[in-house]
Amino acid sequence: MVKLADDEKAMLDGKEGPGKQKAMELLVRYAEALGAERFVATNNIAGVPGSSTLFLKDYYKDHQGGNYEAIFSLFDLDSDEVVPVPKVTAYSCHLQGGMDPNEYEVLGKTREAFEHQQQDEAAVADLGIQIMKTCTPYLAGNVPVKGEHCAWMESSAVVFCNSVIGGRTNTEGRESTSSAMLTGRVPDWGFHRDEYRFGTHAIEVEVPIESMMDWGMLGYFTGYAVEENIPVITGVNYQPNLIRHKHFGAAAASSGGVELYHMVGITPEAPTREAAFGRNKPVETIKYGPAERREIYDMLNSNGTSEDVDFVMLGCPHASIEQIWEVANLLDGKKVGPNTRLWLFTSRSVKSMADTNGYTKAIRDAGGLILTDTCSAIGLAVPKGTKVVALDSAKQSHYLPAMMGIEAWFGTTKDCIDAAVTGRWHGELR
Amino acid sequence: MSVDTIGRNDTIILHGRKVVGGVTEGEALVTHDTISGWGGINSMTGTVIETRHELRGVSFKDKILVFPGAKGSSGWSAAFHTTRLTKTAPKAMLFNVMTTKIALGAVVMRIPTMTEFDRDPLDLIETGDWVKVDADRGTVEITKKAKT
Repeated sequence: MVKLADDEKAMLDGKEGPGKQKAMELLVRYAEALGAERFVATNNIAGVPGSSTLFLKDYYKDHQGGNYEAIFSLFDLDSDEVVPVPKVTAYSCHLQGGMDPNEYEVLGKTREAFEHQQQDEAAVADLGIQIMKTCTPYLAGNVPVKGEHCAWMESSAVVFCNSVIGGRTNTEGRESTSSAMLTGRVPDWGFHRDEYRFGTHAIEVEVPIESMMDWGMLGYFTGYAVEENIPVITGVNYQPNLIRHKHFGAAAASSGGVELYHMVGITPEAPTREAAFGRNKPVETIKYGPAERREIYDMLNSNGTSEDVDFVMLGCPHASIEQIWEVANLLDGKKVGPNTRLWLFTSRSVKSMADTNGYTKAIRDAGGLILTDTCSAIGLAVPKGTKVVALDSAKQSHYLPAMMGIEAWFGTTKDCIDAAVTGRWHGELR
Repeated sequence: MSVDTIGRNDTIILHGRKVVGGVTEGEALVTHDTISGWGGINSMTGTVIETRHELRGVSFKDKILVFPGAKGSSGWSAAFHTTRLTKTAPKAMLFNVMTTKIALGAVVMRIPTMTEFDRDPLDLIETGDWVKVDADRGTVEITKKAKT
């Protein structure tokens, strides 16, 4: 049984109102399911509170017309009755959403869906939740510090928080993050605890890992190799920057369930191999050599047959300003082909920097678009008639073809820009 | 097989830990692949859609879903929560590896769920077997399907 502190018990007993009571009830059920013994306080929560689709609006239409409070109560808190939702007490942000509010028609969204989104956003702001609308909150102003207890959703952000920063979060879900926003608590289980953070599997890299594509492929391989375990990566003789970590972690979290990785000499909890494994002995030692690299490349390209590309999607996870700068440079003096669309997804805050620097206009003048809030997979949005997409993200390659029933090529950002300009896929493993 | 694990009518009994309580029975659907929620299933139809998954295109609606555990997106719980609303959820879940995704998903699906078994359910249960789950008592009773 989970032990409750006095203030937690007061919330559960309803002394802080029915909203916090329902949130605490959900968290207690969740803690019991996990087998957690207590809660841990958190003041950094990233989720998708009350986010509504037309399906949920319609499903709950008999409860206050399926409004924000109804969906927050019935879906997020899994309550059987609608309760007033109080303002959040912990620092909270909203992750990615379903559409760019300025380009919803381009994304194929209806006016009705857009209006719902605007209403939801106003309700989110009223609760005191920061509207970051991105899968990369760490690029939009929410950067945890080492040891900070967080409650984050978004597998690519979770793995970044744990591995690159040394923050402490499990992969939370919508219901647990919304409940944590009201209570400032999550179960003290998993990555909140020291003993759970040691490596379990060794990955020995025997090929140079430098480009973004290299890092994406190594991440995708790592996820397949270790599934939900904790890899310790050795043999990397290249200092990865932020976007390489972002790409690696997103891929590893998609093909497997990697929530924490250690890179010896690179990440904060892995000064040495011994420190990374702690008291664990490696369950398995897995090699990543030229054959494995080739196999992963072919796997990521197994959804492509036609070399006529009609859509290029970049920005998964959401592009950093560095990546937008690179795309603007690659497009310099070029035009996106007449039968191809180029969409690049990022957060509103990073886009405002791109606006200031002239990249938004430069990309638009070349025939591409910078879009915010969402991506093709999250927003289920590809240009009408898309048959073949080119992607530079292993994560997006994992999800998008299956979700949209389209063919996909995976390669470098340069391969993708080339495809956008020529309408043909020329990528290969280099 | 020891005597205490053989029940009446040649059934096999497994013991495990309750994740979410409740009692139910139904036909097993077994996979050795972990399952993604968001992006891995279609919540409207209750089917697995992940490329290269051994259950791709297969419905888990009203089945006793037996699998290693959850993987992938943090939208796991919301995707499976939605199957409860669309009435395409499994009847129960039996799994080996505990994660926050599957714990929260089981809670909001409100279906009997168990883990930490005395023997591996993936070795003992096959698709089509009849399985009784009593999560409150911590037991699973397996009746093997007739061999053809």
